[in-house]
Amino acid sequence: MNESSKRDWPLWEVFVRARRGLSHQHVGSLHAPDAAMALRNARDVYTRRGEGVSIWVVPSAAITASSPDEKDQFFDPALDKAYRHPTFYDVPEGAKHL
Amino acid sequence: MRTLPPLAAYTLALGDDALILSQRLAEWVARAPQIEEDVALANIALDLLGQARTLLSYTGEVEGAGRDEDDLAYLRDDRDLRNVQLTEIPNGDFAVTMARQLVFSAYQYELYTALLDSADATIAGLAGKAVKEVAYHRDHATQWVLRLGDGTSVSAARMQAGLDQVWPFVAELFDPDDAAASLPGVAADPATLRPAWERYVTAVLSEATLQQPEPGWRSRGGRAGLHTEHLGHLLAEMQHLHRSHPGATW
Repeated sequence: MNESSKRDWPLWEVFVRARRGLSHQHVGSLHAPDAAMALRNARDVYTRRGEGVSIWVVPSAAITASSPDEKDQFFDPALDKAYRHPTFYDVPEGAKHL
Repeated sequence: MRTLPPLAAYTLALGDDALILSQRLAEWVARAPQIEEDVALANIALDLLGQARTLLSYTGEVEGAGRDEDDLAYLRDDRDLRNVQLTEIPNGDFAVTMARQLVFSAYQYELYTALLDSADATIAGLAGKAVKEVAYHRDHATQWVLRLGDGTSVSAARMQAGLDQVWPFVAELFDPDDAAASLPGVAADPATLRPAWERYVTAVLSEATLQQPEPGWRSRGGRAGLHTEHLGHLLAEMQHLHRSHPGATW
């Protein structure tokens, strides 16, 4: 841990659910001394114009991310397999959130 | 000090509390310990400004002398302001500001809860909206008082010093008020707000391992236009643009 991360508050990732029925979406990150304060800061920074009905905060350090260097082996093989994509179905009218 | 109908005097006093504390809190913008806290304090200041606008506009209507919210906010001198002195004292350090926020938001929470049943539709309507806002202000201050009070030895000492600095201004919040007394069913008698306020604040201080101060003196007279030397400086900053360019808008 370097000097500035000891002095500064830890980083949190913020997920907001815009409406009931939708899933939480990542909206950004912020600093806070602990989880309870992170929730409150998230409310102030990301939902003050009525954007959400529910907030999750997750310590950024808890996230394991794929590496950009492994992009090819992770994602390229999926591109040429058309049968994996559900493009052969008609989307029913009125289904807004598929 | 201009004589106002009791209803106008009452809404003006509540409006001035919100207006002056809003201006004080806005001084934290770009100076808070972290940018997230900057945003939180600015949000609280804007909530209070919204309450002040409703209350001052309504005061102008009730008075019927053609003054609008801007006239009331920008064209009165300190002796015509009716805010309690607690709202005008300087921010001090973050602990002083959080001590003041705890005291004042807990008071406003009880006030607006009582006003939900006001016979005056405008006051009751404002209370319904504002009580949710101040519930958040109270929670914000509570979280910080708990963390600083029950934190390190330095944070605890500074939080206690913040409370000591603010406490002489507490009793004034609950002083008898002529305007409120002459508006039964419309206004809230300040003294009746104290027991619930006391229960809430005492519980927070005890959980934060802080001592409730017993100050040797107490402020009085804000509602009658008697203020600390600090209010004039605050008004100079708040009013100079409007006074230099009357009617300026954007």
